[in-house]
Amino acid sequence: MSTRPLYDTPMLDQLESGPWPSFVTGLKRLAKDNGMMADLIGQLETSYETRKGFWKGGTVGVFGYGGGIIPRFTELKDKSGKPLFPEAAEFHTLRVQPPAGMHYTSDLLRKLCDVWVDNGGSGLIAFHGQSGDIMFQGVSSENVQAVFNGLNEIGFDLGGAGPALRTSMSCVGSARCEMSCFDEARALRTVINNNLDDMHRPSLPYKFKFKFSGCPNDCVNAIQRSDMATIGTWRDNIRVNEALVQDYYKVHGMHDLYNDVVGRCPTKAITVVPEDQVRVDAHTSVAKLGDGNALCIDNKNCVRCMHCLNVIPGGLLPGNDKGVSILVGGKGVLKIGATMGSVIIPFMKLETDEDFEKLNELARNILDFFAENALDHERTGEMIERIGLSNFLEGMDIPVDPNMIKEPRSNPYFRSDDWDEQVAKWVEYRQQAA
Amino acid sequence: MAELRPPIESGAPDPMPYMHPVMVKNYGKWSFHSHPKPGVLYHRAESGDEIWTVKAGTQRQMDHYTIRELADIADQYGDGFVRFTARSNIEYMVADGSKVEPLIKALNDKGYPIGGTANSVSMIAHTQGWLHCDIPGTDASGVVKALMDELYDDFVKCEMPNRVKMSTSCCEINCGGQADIAIIVQHTKPPKINHDLVANVCERPSVVARCPVAAIRPALVNGKPSLEVDEKKCICCGACFPPCPPMQINDPEHSKIAIWVGGKNSNARSKPTFHKLVAAGLPNNAPRWPEVAEVVKKILATYKADGKPWERMIDWIDRIGWPAFFEKTGLPFTKYHIDNWRGGRANLNASAHIRF
Repeated sequence: MSTRPLYDTPMLDQLESGPWPSFVTGLKRLAKDNGMMADLIGQLETSYETRKGFWKGGTVGVFGYGGGIIPRFTELKDKSGKPLFPEAAEFHTLRVQPPAGMHYTSDLLRKLCDVWVDNGGSGLIAFHGQSGDIMFQGVSSENVQAVFNGLNEIGFDLGGAGPALRTSMSCVGSARCEMSCFDEARALRTVINNNLDDMHRPSLPYKFKFKFSGCPNDCVNAIQRSDMATIGTWRDNIRVNEALVQDYYKVHGMHDLYNDVVGRCPTKAITVVPEDQVRVDAHTSVAKLGDGNALCIDNKNCVRCMHCLNVIPGGLLPGNDKGVSILVGGKGVLKIGATMGSVIIPFMKLETDEDFEKLNELARNILDFFAENALDHERTGEMIERIGLSNFLEGMDIPVDPNMIKEPRSNPYFRSDDWDEQVAKWVEYRQQAA
Repeated sequence: MAELRPPIESGAPDPMPYMHPVMVKNYGKWSFHSHPKPGVLYHRAESGDEIWTVKAGTQRQMDHYTIRELADIADQYGDGFVRFTARSNIEYMVADGSKVEPLIKALNDKGYPIGGTANSVSMIAHTQGWLHCDIPGTDASGVVKALMDELYDDFVKCEMPNRVKMSTSCCEINCGGQADIAIIVQHTKPPKINHDLVANVCERPSVVARCPVAAIRPALVNGKPSLEVDEKKCICCGACFPPCPPMQINDPEHSKIAIWVGGKNSNARSKPTFHKLVAAGLPNNAPRWPEVAEVVKKILATYKADGKPWERMIDWIDRIGWPAFFEKTGLPFTKYHIDNWRGGRANLNASAHIRF
């Protein structure tokens, strides 16, 4: 039984009705035998009544690490400074990195619950936070170490918080998706697990996030939510499974094919032509429709947006020459407004051990450049906005490529004393690519 | 105290021990998927192996009893393997298609909705709010619970033109992220400063540096070193509040809620986009935020009726134009919709392209 009274919660009670699963019902279930949760509900109800938050941060950690715990101390106190809800006066969160791709067995879920509850945790867990952490919510300063030890001993490690490398996310990808263009889990674990010092001992100018999406559908939102986004793509032609394209066509017919597939291609790279007029060349994907017509995709003009693959799953598939595009600078609002990641590596292979080592080196170099050049509380996207992408590329020793821009500049405000040298670089870059 | 051992710096765990064996066996070798019904996905590998996925909504902040219940369902009706999506849905993978319907029934019987796939409204990505954040303008889980109750049918059916991703954020930092529809706190008054505390609590130069409009300057107030805000310049963004809690930005009445639409991170069809402001000034009306739900439902109903197949929210608006969006939804258009932040000229209509 709980050592604390169960408070009346007329506001929270209203969140128990309705068809969606109620977190309030869960909180109340915990409060029956957990004083911390009984008091937590008291504080939360107070927030609902007053429309104010009552937590403040602080410094709580585990031995050997400088981050990964989100400390919370109540600010609801009486005149003598005594907490109004004493057992929830300390209500810290442990951020814990999940298995890449967020896979769990039922036994693992139970084990995580056991470790949490047996070591003094509140019993409340969020799967997952917005950066992808499992969030163990509600533990006193005294019990933080024991919970961490327990989790650490079954193979789990703290995530990032503060000015540090943050916990990462990868999509389901290779585990269950035909759109996947690389081993997302391996890429995540290569980059994150080789840079854990920057996660556990926060000393960067500000947070730094990596995210890994297996294709340009970007299911973990790498482009908007990570400082360095690794997004799967391919260089050769879209693969065709003609039988599956015809299955789609039989169900949907020419109108859907035209309106939903051909008409929605952003670069008008898809045409439907009579079979005898199909242009057979090295860059065209062809699917005969079975009625004398054929679907043709001009792969030279395909931007790998994924739309037609999404509409005809299995019929159209990523090519065989797979790899990744790297974009940098995605971030949320503060301080200059949200910024989208932008291309710095249009394509790199990601298959062999050497390829993964190259990705790891690139990630380390970007982290180092960020650590040395960003101002306090400045994200990578803001740093690049301040110094310009060209300077960033020069510092990183990455050659310029027209895939990095939407369009060239339209203003004359640049100084180009070394134009000829830059042209020579371009010529050299082209020769290397050839 | 027991002797402390150094942490095992194991990092992100290997998922393979926790992954369904059919997914391990066919890792990187999938070739087809279909969507048999809302909440169910079917995937086939090159080997011919098959796997079915049943997706259920959760409350995200879960008590361990709920988690154990979900684990028990995985053992009794599934294959014992689950994963979570980025939007806190739980996915059960089974290698035998005949397990799908009993699994759905078991989840439904315990109150978990099945859906969130394809052209549905998925679970709302959200933040911590009053439950655990140190700077929240509103709650997160409560807003989501109230809204998902209203949008339940849109989660369990797939009747939208394309998928709809939503988010909520309890301050303007927008931890909930970009979305087709994003619900975000918008403060309307400058911070109230407790000058007695600033000198002891805040590192004043870094607070000055955080302000996006340079409205904060060091000042001596009542003989104490503090900070002052040029309230004419202040845009009430709250950026000063995290590094300096005595600059209280949250206000029960004046911290309002704004609604943004048209964000998308997928590259499908159009390039990724950020969401755009469509409504503001909505009250922070706990515990069920009915005014917010009303606007969200109006936008969704308009999109559902007017969008064409495969059009995401922004694709639809790009086709019909923003004047039509405001006309069809009935939402008022104000001077605050016109971007005056840096680079804002790029968002003006610099053309004679006008629909009549």
